[in-house]
Amino acid sequence: MTVTKRFWISLILSLPMLANMILMPFGWMLPGGNWTQLALTTVIMLVSAGPFAQSAWASFKKHHSNMDTLVAIGTVTAYLYSIYAMITNQAVFFESAAFVTAFVLLGQVFEERMRNNASDAVEKLANLQAKAAEVLRDGQFVKLPLSEVVLNDVIRVKPGEKVPVDGVIVKGSSTVDESMVTGESMPVTKQVDDNVIGATMNSTGTFLLKANKVGNQTMLSQIVELVKKAQNSHAPIQKLTDKVSDIFVPVVLILAILTFLTWYVFLDASVARALIFAVSVVVIACPCALGLATPTALMVGTGRGAKMGILIKNGEVLEAVNDVKTVVFDKTGTITVGKPQVTDIVGDEAQVLQIAASLEDSSEHPLAAAILARAKTAKISAKAVDQFQAIEGKGVSAIIDGKHGFVGNHKLLADLKFDNDLAQQEIKLQNEAKTVVFVGLDDRIIGMIAIQDVPKETSKEAIAELKARGLKTVMLTGDNERVAQAVAEQVGIDEVIADVLPGDKAEHVKAFQQTGKVAFVGDGINDAPALTMADVGIAMGSGTDIAIDSGGIVLVKNDLRDVDKALALSRKTFNRIKLNLFWAFIYNVLGIPVAAGIFFTIGFTLSPELAGLAMAFSSLSVVMSSVLLNKAKIKTKARLA
Amino acid sequence: MTKLLVLLIGVIIIGFILWWFFGKHQVASAEAAVTNDRQSVDIEVKGGYSPENVVLKQGVPAVLNFTRKDASTCLDRVVFSDFGINQELPKNQLETIKIDTSKPGEYEWACGMDMFHGKLIIK
Repeated sequence: MTVTKRFWISLILSLPMLANMILMPFGWMLPGGNWTQLALTTVIMLVSAGPFAQSAWASFKKHHSNMDTLVAIGTVTAYLYSIYAMITNQAVFFESAAFVTAFVLLGQVFEERMRNNASDAVEKLANLQAKAAEVLRDGQFVKLPLSEVVLNDVIRVKPGEKVPVDGVIVKGSSTVDESMVTGESMPVTKQVDDNVIGATMNSTGTFLLKANKVGNQTMLSQIVELVKKAQNSHAPIQKLTDKVSDIFVPVVLILAILTFLTWYVFLDASVARALIFAVSVVVIACPCALGLATPTALMVGTGRGAKMGILIKNGEVLEAVNDVKTVVFDKTGTITVGKPQVTDIVGDEAQVLQIAASLEDSSEHPLAAAILARAKTAKISAKAVDQFQAIEGKGVSAIIDGKHGFVGNHKLLADLKFDNDLAQQEIKLQNEAKTVVFVGLDDRIIGMIAIQDVPKETSKEAIAELKARGLKTVMLTGDNERVAQAVAEQVGIDEVIADVLPGDKAEHVKAFQQTGKVAFVGDGINDAPALTMADVGIAMGSGTDIAIDSGGIVLVKNDLRDVDKALALSRKTFNRIKLNLFWAFIYNVLGIPVAAGIFFTIGFTLSPELAGLAMAFSSLSVVMSSVLLNKAKIKTKARLA
Repeated sequence: MTKLLVLLIGVIIIGFILWWFFGKHQVASAEAAVTNDRQSVDIEVKGGYSPENVVLKQGVPAVLNFTRKDASTCLDRVVFSDFGINQELPKNQLETIKIDTSKPGEYEWACGMDMFHGKLIIK
């Protein structure tokens, strides 16, 4: 029998007793008196409260106790005593047993609904998936269920259809609404070679895509997996409730016995009165509220984050965010666009570019990409080089046309000759926030290439928001001091640490941890150690898989302003957890003494019915407070003029 | 005199509660039987989990078969927080949960309200 049915039965059978209780002062009595009450309550005890007793007994045999133990003991005590009282012609309280059962079940009915409500974020995400795809097979497009789509399939997507899997557009163009996955509300224009994400909505055009991620490899599947893990993770704050819940029920039972003994033995109360106090203690205690406080809030908070394109990986991260004092940013790709462009070339342009392009030809460094792009537009092709070697933290060298060529940063200057007039130009370029790459031949510098990576449009606003929150902002970069300072000034960063070797980022994060918790925001492979070292690692969604794996929070939308939103959401969720726990504890700590009758002298006592009602609403209120997190405003503190 | 007797009985019950719930008691545990490179354990959910401790072999695909026989809403979900599993357990219905046994270690599982616990050991 379902909880809902059990509730209705107990409610309907309780109503006559309720009428009896209310109308008694007006001279109306339930026909059949105590016998009718006995009959009604017996049915409730067997049908509605029976499962409580069964469950309580089953756990008792295993040396466990739970909610049901308390409800069963409370109701059975009231019921059995009333039978005894009926036989000995004393006042009965059958209605207590009946009402407590009805109230507890009412609470459970609501709570079940709320809990399902709290956990449906994942289901909604998973349901975003398209069901079928139009796949090119044997020269024709055929409609196939999603499970039959394999890697490198060419898929046609028409206007108004969902993109079935992740892939790259090979033909056509369109605008795509990615809001369901990334939270980005503006439709995005997609052309050939652009990536599209499965489950997003194609709006205007038809295009062909080549599947590059299918099945559980797609971004949506990964997000669903991540959110599932996060929703069921433990927050460290739960350790306290774990300890409490282990001993909670037996302790309450002992308190109830002590209550009875105190009233009956020491205060000379009647058996009935002492028993009512004891039953109230048992019934009001609610371990459920404690147990539900953290998981439900975590579930709603992480689910809401997923909708906004902010993936919080677990409860530990959520808790750590609360004490973050410093936010450290990687520069390239995080604060800046990450697509540097060559702006100036000093020296013989053709020669400088030739050497630089040849040496950087196989490099994956973002600066190399900029140099190669410039060489391509200048129609200079790379020459073959010999004895290529990378000089850690300095650059690269190789033999080109029988001469020793170098490309690298200013650390190369220690080994090579450098003209005064080049030095002047270097300072000028760096003050313009341009990174200078030096090109050397044999023993002297022959030229410089200035490369600029402009800050993202949103960086300035994002950093202002964090500062408004009272956080210290720091930028780590391998660039030199002047360039870094220039960028920092543009976006308003507090502190700059320049000339950082890739391997040292984690060390710098560690240094900041001396003064408080640190969040690190980054995207590259070389950011992974720092993301792991930081108390809160925030990875940009566009970043490398390694960076995303190392981060505790992933920003799908790739918008730096989400750092502030992520912090705000985490704090809000964590505060909600604390609020829930506070109420759950206070409720038990205050409720039990009141139920035990300590305010008896001032005429304030709780009947078992009221205790049952209060208990039902305590766990309900906790779940409700968690669900309301979905509606809570996530505010940013700064407003830029 | 009656009151003295009641007091005595009360104290005895308190003593019993302490011993019964907090004393050291043996818990049911089970080791998975491996057949055809698969292993599975049946777990009955009634007033807790039996067995409460489950031992699985590392690297062998494993399933846990949960059957809830208890009406309590406390037990209507089972949560493996380390694996991101939160499975609803409809009453009297076998629910199979796949466990990733690639990493050895001790993992806890719990009911939806974190009141009942079980332990999974992969070695």
